[in-house]
Amino acid sequence: MTEKIITGNQAVAQGVRLSRAQVVSAYPITPQTTVMETLAEMWAGGEFGGDFVAVESEYSALGYCVGAAYAGARAFTATSSHGLAYMHELIHWAAGARLPIVMSNANRAIGAPWCIESDQTDSLSQRDTGWLQLYCSSVQEILDSIIMAFRLAETARLPVMVNYDGFYLSHTYEAAAIPEQKEVDLFLPSPPDRPAIDLDAPENRHGLVGSEAMHRLLSVRYQATEAVLAIYEEIYREFALRFGRRWPAVEYAGPPGAQTVLVTAGGMAQTVKSFLSGPGRGEALLRIRLFRPFPADGIRKVLGAPHVARVVVIDRNVSMGVGGIFAQEVKAALQGLPKGPQVSELNVSGGLDLSPDLLARALEAQRPEGEKINWAVNLL
Amino acid sequence: MKNLAAGVPHKEYLFSGHTACPGCSAVLTIRHLTKVLGRKTVFVITASCFSIIAGQPPLRTFDLNVFHCPFPSSAAVGGGLKRGLIAAGDSETQVVVLAGDGGTFDIGLQGLSAAAERNEDIIFICYDNEAYMNTGMQRSSASPFGSQSNTTPAPRIKQNPKKDIMAIIAAHAVPYAATATIAYPRDLLAKVEKAKNIKGFRFFHLMCPCPPGWGIDSDESVELSRLAVETGVFPLYETEDGERITITHRPDSLRPVEDYLLRQRRFSTMTAADRQKVRDFVSRKWRKLLAAAEATI
Repeated sequence: MTEKIITGNQAVAQGVRLSRAQVVSAYPITPQTTVMETLAEMWAGGEFGGDFVAVESEYSALGYCVGAAYAGARAFTATSSHGLAYMHELIHWAAGARLPIVMSNANRAIGAPWCIESDQTDSLSQRDTGWLQLYCSSVQEILDSIIMAFRLAETARLPVMVNYDGFYLSHTYEAAAIPEQKEVDLFLPSPPDRPAIDLDAPENRHGLVGSEAMHRLLSVRYQATEAVLAIYEEIYREFALRFGRRWPAVEYAGPPGAQTVLVTAGGMAQTVKSFLSGPGRGEALLRIRLFRPFPADGIRKVLGAPHVARVVVIDRNVSMGVGGIFAQEVKAALQGLPKGPQVSELNVSGGLDLSPDLLARALEAQRPEGEKINWAVNLL
Repeated sequence: MKNLAAGVPHKEYLFSGHTACPGCSAVLTIRHLTKVLGRKTVFVITASCFSIIAGQPPLRTFDLNVFHCPFPSSAAVGGGLKRGLIAAGDSETQVVVLAGDGGTFDIGLQGLSAAAERNEDIIFICYDNEAYMNTGMQRSSASPFGSQSNTTPAPRIKQNPKKDIMAIIAAHAVPYAATATIAYPRDLLAKVEKAKNIKGFRFFHLMCPCPPGWGIDSDESVELSRLAVETGVFPLYETEDGERITITHRPDSLRPVEDYLLRQRRFSTMTAADRQKVRDFVSRKWRKLLAAAEATI
């Protein structure tokens, strides 16, 4: 293990290298670009032993991963925002074909207008594609998540998207422990050394099916996705044993009997934590790391406790006509509780910086009559 | 009459009983082509007639592995599959992408161009029936001037000429690109054999008459394939490294284009002036091809 000061994007590249990905294919987009540049440099220098393909679009980047995964190879791509949106058709396809592809996504707003600021609406727009989704809150967590994602993808035979805030994490330098290759090799099985295709037993894969077969496949995939909650539990515990770092599906931080709990995902959790450590604060943080499958039970256990009276969900994303997307998911998880907490929303979509000052004002502010969302812009 | 089957391998890689239309020349062409490609072949099939013809899993028409993929992704998935096979220790198996004219000339062109430019080690096959036939005959950029379709209904027949896909591919300086039709099976099989032994990006443009789409009888598709060649509408040639052009079948003189056009319902509303345009276009292209072949040393 060596400790280095690296960016979130460099952490992705380190994770991919250590995971021994066999085919990497990507297309540049801000703020992802330095992921693929770092990998290209590692590839050219012989540090990364896999194949690296600089393609002509994000669509083809995922196309290469689909092809490579068809052959049984370990495949990776990295993207952000419009690039992720451009891949949409293949994002569905990769999940339907049960391909264990890993993709990193630097969360960025989607136009119009052009905006490169951090916003989670890009990956949350891919919520219903069947990909497993993780949201990271630090550079170290990004590196660890890439390694965990390959293990998770190959165990569940489902693709995994590792998300982290554009700029706030992609370009921020933090100290990170970079594991030794042999440590990672003990956690993550070697990549396949023979094709997944038997030339003497041909198959017709992913061809046209009727409604009953399609329905059956969807229900089987649903069960496989639900089973990930238990698989994830096992993987994160093993990771913690081997590497000494714990990345649970939901993280609780703060006093045990807190009446107010702030809920968020991604790098904003770091801000919330430092805010809560200030003098005179008694609130707690609940960070959602695993978004698909949604750890509803874990969330309910924390937020449904009798002492929790107030929940504030902080979303850096928005679903027009509904509100923050994490807020909607949290509300659905709490549905049916006899005496659930009051849930309100603070929205910082578009990449607004969640400053401690803004947080303090949001907690004190009364929402204007008729408004169910506290728009940060009204508190600036 | 010459025995056309002489030299054609007996081994079959396409089962009978598939769901292609009667008289489909595309399935006949692919059937013959697989005989040369052989066992060490994996197909990537994009949205096309072959999405149906390949059969409903677990049933299968191909006695070879087939992976289906979304419409614009075929060249990328093919390239990824080849690289994945190499990564997993198999550098021998041929990856063959199969796309229609829609998946080649139109929605698949970007990925195709990129794969050609990177010289991916795959064979890309375009079976060209000159319109989106699988969705019921809508115009593509491979549809010829003067043809009708459900999106170019008479009297608003297609006014633009067919896109020259071979010139586009050759402009990428790929190792091998060839035209072929099932009417000249030995020419087809020789080209596949040649392509099989070349490394890098290889492209086939196969003219495949479509009985329901073209308005011909199901026993006329091979004959129309031949007429396309004999009239100069679809010359048989190959290009190597984007430079060397060889005409592989050179008729002594071209038959009049009417012999080809008047046989098909899709051209039934063309005027004499329209046909004159086609005649001029075809003879211009033919002269250009002869000159290019002449210039090849």
